[in-house]
Amino acid sequence: MNVELLWWEGCPSTERALGAVQQALGELGLSRVEVRMREIKDDGDARETGFVGSPTILIDGADLVPTAPDEPIGLSCRVYRRRDGRVSPIPDPDDLREALSHAAERTEVTR
Amino acid sequence: MSISIGAVAPDFELPDTAGGTWSVLGGGPPTPSTPPATVVVFTCNHCPYALAWQDRLADAARDYAGRGVRFLAINANDADRYPRDSFDAMKARVDREDWPMPYLHDATQEVAHAYDAKVTPDVFVLDSERRLRYRGAPDGDYDDPGQNAQWLREALDSVLGGSEPERTETKPVGCSIKWKQ
Repeated sequence: MNVELLWWEGCPSTERALGAVQQALGELGLSRVEVRMREIKDDGDARETGFVGSPTILIDGADLVPTAPDEPIGLSCRVYRRRDGRVSPIPDPDDLREALSHAAERTEVTR
Repeated sequence: MSISIGAVAPDFELPDTAGGTWSVLGGGPPTPSTPPATVVVFTCNHCPYALAWQDRLADAARDYAGRGVRFLAINANDADRYPRDSFDAMKARVDREDWPMPYLHDATQEVAHAYDAKVTPDVFVLDSERRLRYRGAPDGDYDDPGQNAQWLREALDSVLGGSEPERTETKPVGCSIKWKQ
């Protein structure tokens, strides 16, 4: 499984997001999975990667929380929704666990 | 350069989404006396931190309105690069939400520069003489609604009670203000 965290320095949520991903991996017994960090430095990087905000978490290349096709690409902080409806700068921990768990199952199936 | 605690904060004149013009000590609807405190909060439409704290700031604005405190929300983000922070988008947001404070547009970013605002939200509590009494975050955790803008409320209670806030500065936490390039 490949887990990548795309981040931009204008948002203070990177460390918290990384911690949340690592915690979810640990709870799923997947602590060996490395989270690759990729800094988005400018508008060019954002366009190249289709970056819609920091943090963006890709699991096997797919966005943890798929965005609308017309979501603006650029250097900004991403708005997530918790399952209880609250706005948050990082994904809901349950969404993280669920996505990582599904990815792990897919990895097992294709082995 | 940032404003020191106790220094007089810059005044300004900015338009709100309803067609009015506001300043710290003047403008806006007529009031019988000068506000005993004014809260200037730099915020925006698209930042998750600003959005997460919005309800707490709105609740504080409602709770302190009866004591004459005025809240002024200011959006200074570069709308050319961040269209979700355009004046039209601000108007649309106020139309669909319940805002107990005017939402002002700092199109030139002069006010944000004058206040040395860093992020959204960035809170400034001014007393009746426009002196800065508190600057920083509304409370200690964007993710905990139970904190209820406690740092801001403590500062307001002190100012209204005629004393110095115990906590005068905290680190504002949020998205960087999107300056024009």
